[in-house]
Amino acid sequence: MSANVPSDLKYAESHEWVRVEDGVATVGISDHAQAELTELVYVELPEVGRALKAGEPCAVVESVKTASDVYSPVSGEVVDSNKALEDNPGLANGDAFGEGWFFKVKLSAPEEVDALLSAEAYAAQIG
Amino acid sequence: MLKRTPLFEAHQALGARLIDFGGWEMPVQYSGIMEEHKAVREAAGIFDISHMGELSVEGASSAAVLNASLTNDVSRLEIGEGHYTQICNERGGVIDDLYCYRTAEESFLLVVNASRIEADWDWLVARHGGFDAAGSCSLNDISGERAAVALQGPKSAALMRALAEGACDLAKNRIGSFAVSGLEQPVWISRTGYTGEDGFEIVCGNDAVGVIWNRLLEAGAKPCGLGARDTLRTEVCYPLYGHELTEDTTPIEAGIGWSVALDKGDFVGRDVLARQKEQGVERRLIAFKMTGKSAPPRPGYPIWSVGDAAKMIGEAASGTQSPSLGVGIGLGYLPLEFARKETPLEIEIRGRRAPAVVCAKPLYRKDRTD
Repeated sequence: MSANVPSDLKYAESHEWVRVEDGVATVGISDHAQAELTELVYVELPEVGRALKAGEPCAVVESVKTASDVYSPVSGEVVDSNKALEDNPGLANGDAFGEGWFFKVKLSAPEEVDALLSAEAYAAQIG
Repeated sequence: MLKRTPLFEAHQALGARLIDFGGWEMPVQYSGIMEEHKAVREAAGIFDISHMGELSVEGASSAAVLNASLTNDVSRLEIGEGHYTQICNERGGVIDDLYCYRTAEESFLLVVNASRIEADWDWLVARHGGFDAAGSCSLNDISGERAAVALQGPKSAALMRALAEGACDLAKNRIGSFAVSGLEQPVWISRTGYTGEDGFEIVCGNDAVGVIWNRLLEAGAKPCGLGARDTLRTEVCYPLYGHELTEDTTPIEAGIGWSVALDKGDFVGRDVLARQKEQGVERRLIAFKMTGKSAPPRPGYPIWSVGDAAKMIGEAASGTQSPSLGVGIGLGYLPLEFARKETPLEIEIRGRRAPAVVCAKPLYRKDRTD
């Protein structure tokens, strides 16, 4: 499988991506992850205001047969979640790195981002 | 080491995602459950069901032996006819649910669940020890030499023409032995299935199944995995062993009493089943549908009653997103007072309760999708 791995993002081994702008990280799941999960039928997102720790399960994605956890790659407070994705989980299948974003976190430990995988390292992980 | 069917390499070549299913390395999906599900509802899909077990029972007393252990009445079967039945324990609990075909006056073919082959064998041998003592009834486990595929969907009959024209004339639940060009031995073909659609199941030798698989693929059948098989059967509320049926649930509670012949004479479990049929049961297998926007239910999720005295009243035996209906659906045992159609329920999903409602079975019907 040749999944799309944009070079300007950072990645978690658990297949989330992170885009940082002005101290706020937008988080989603990778193209590879959505392809593995297949057609999503339901997405549960963290509530705005919730404090997250890096590595904490904070969202759930469900395909026809399975429910899978999504982990926050970074620590901080949830400042936004993607309502459009809740209404149409297929956005994560169709546009994993764009319209299909999950939630935004105001970083409490920005240095955590440096420890995440580069696009190159993530591409190597998913082979 | 997981067991593999003779079609294992074919699945790999098709890019199937493989999982451990009761000790077998089986395809759960190829292109995607939604797509495969739709193909079976609208056209035709093909499933590898070679993991299923086949037991052959033969001899002058075979009908009597089977009738002492199976819930349905094999004496009603004509040659070339099959029916759904169960093997029960003394408590009326289900040891296995299976199809029994009469292939000749004194020959029967039992098609059983993969996970229950040994349990069935042990039970039958223990009950009727010395199967071939007088040569009047022999029991043989032929699962190892047999492979099987299911061709399912409204276009199945049209595709079957590519394989065995004569099989297209089989009526529902009938079985016959048919020659297939390119194969030395004839194969068993029955008009049966586990999807709620028209279709066929083909039982053949291990070395013949590749030819059959390829020919049906070439004819246009879409390869389908166990994922779609499960969503299809859940929509039409067919029980799955280990979920709706266990040694602690009875066919009467499961709502499959139509396959229990109480009038045929004694058989294992009859006392309990007859009492349940006369006096009623305390719980019944119900089907439910989610009514609001929620995650799909999954096996094991708690089921709650609603209102001021809300309490946990059961758990989901099966649960999935329904590709045909676009909502979460499930099956579960509930006390009778909650088993009536349109009774509101709540399903506990990750600590939060979401609304659902008891529905008539089946949940999906071709002509009625409300």
